[in-house]
Amino acid sequence: MKAFISVIGDDKIGIIHGVTTVLKKNKVNVLDINQTLLQDYFAMVMLVDLKEMTIDFKQLKEELVVAGKEIGVSIKIQHEDLFNTMHSI
Amino acid sequence: MINFQNIMETIKMIEKEKLDIRTITMGISLLDCCDSSGKNARKKIYDKITRLAENLVKVGEEIETEYGIPIINKRISVTPIALVAQASEDKSYVEFAKTLDEAAATVGINFIGGFSALVQKGYSKGDRILIESIPEALTVTEKVCSSINVGCTKTGINMDAVRDMGRIIKQTAYLTRERDSIGCAKLVVFANAVEDNPFMAGAFHGVGEAESIINVGISGPGVVKCALENVKGESFDVMAETIKKTAFKITRAGQLVAHEASSRLGIPFGIVDLSLAPTPAIGDSVGRILEEMGLESCGCHGTTAALALLNDAVKKGGIMASSHVGGLSGAFIPVSEDEGMIDAVQKGSLSLDKLEAMTCVCSVGLDMVAIPGDTPESTIAAIIADEAAIGVINNKTTGVRIIPVYGKILGDSAEFGGLLGMAPLMAVSKFSSADFISRGGRIPAPVHSFKN
Repeated sequence: MKAFISVIGDDKIGIIHGVTTVLKKNKVNVLDINQTLLQDYFAMVMLVDLKEMTIDFKQLKEELVVAGKEIGVSIKIQHEDLFNTMHSI
Repeated sequence: MINFQNIMETIKMIEKEKLDIRTITMGISLLDCCDSSGKNARKKIYDKITRLAENLVKVGEEIETEYGIPIINKRISVTPIALVAQASEDKSYVEFAKTLDEAAATVGINFIGGFSALVQKGYSKGDRILIESIPEALTVTEKVCSSINVGCTKTGINMDAVRDMGRIIKQTAYLTRERDSIGCAKLVVFANAVEDNPFMAGAFHGVGEAESIINVGISGPGVVKCALENVKGESFDVMAETIKKTAFKITRAGQLVAHEASSRLGIPFGIVDLSLAPTPAIGDSVGRILEEMGLESCGCHGTTAALALLNDAVKKGGIMASSHVGGLSGAFIPVSEDEGMIDAVQKGSLSLDKLEAMTCVCSVGLDMVAIPGDTPESTIAAIIADEAAIGVINNKTTGVRIIPVYGKILGDSAEFGGLLGMAPLMAVSKFSSADFISRGGRIPAPVHSFKN
């Protein structure tokens, strides 16, 4: 299963490091990263592969939320099918 | 990777514009639960519901976690209880309602629909018992919803049932007077009721349906309103296209959730209901969409046209996004559940008469409308008759969910709490319909030629 992780918040040092630390620990592979900066507003989307993930989805989601709170940004993880379904015929 | 902007758009719809899946509703046939003993029938009903729906809430929550889209309600609809209970010798079906309530509590859902009877042409034994049981049943239960179909395009309107429902609504209002007559918020009187509606209070599992089925109702008035904010001043053509495209995306999310729920529960997918279902929350209002189109306040002249465009465009966009469409499909206009409509009533721009006109072009009908508690039962029956006539003549579903709030008068408002919201009382005609309603009998089925 693949999922999109979205990170939104004020720009600061260490956002990508904070997110990927959680991913590395749980054996989640990053396939693609896209980010943009609008003034000081940071938005990043990562496509990740959960095939070899060592914890269940709910726990990963919770760990990302905790990491997000530490960094001071909002982190969400969602199954890729939601986006594929809504934006393609 | 798919377009970055598309991903951000979906996230914005969920986070800011309140996109959600309003309900996953499992339809369950209870036809095999008939028994000459009411007690045995109720045991079969309880066992069947709790067995089939055991994982409904869990699966709903799993999907919500994985896809990150809120699924607000998990619900159940069952075969109209009048059909199941009348094999028994019971003289009241209140115990059946209690059984449904217990089963709903056990599986953790918030509403169960199907305390219902289909009497569009006449009463069978069980229909009469069920209707007389409604006031008490809706008083002693929390989660049970009731609906009665009193008219149909093919058969006309059963005016005996219309008259009786005026009385039943008043009795229900009285029995639940301590809570602003909330019992009436769980009771719908339909014409042309649909068998696969996932929305409460009118959901029931029709006799033409499969053993069990998953139906999904979507939502997203906030998403449509935000999309229209981007086309301010543009023509109606542009507006209709914008709504269609938005409805497509919303419905795709609904279709995905329906498909997932169906495969994880091992129960066939039924339909997606293409609905714009508002909530009392700011930014989740159908009334505000109409105002975004250029109306100063919902209810002013132009409202019916605006709603007609909205309803039609939602259907056009949604139909292509889902493999099976059904239910009530269209924009809902429940007054107490829509922040913009509540505001419009309070400002005096939305009257019951205008609301009735609006029901000619959208799904459902007079929904969650609070009226003074001293409204005569014949007037309530006449309101039902008017709505039923609109449905029967125009070949569409109409419903009446009206609350004569006991002890309250114009200027007061009723508080129902949660999704049911708050309703300022609306004025009804002070002239009497009593002699009209007391006639009884049936209004014949309409002719479908010479359409004018």
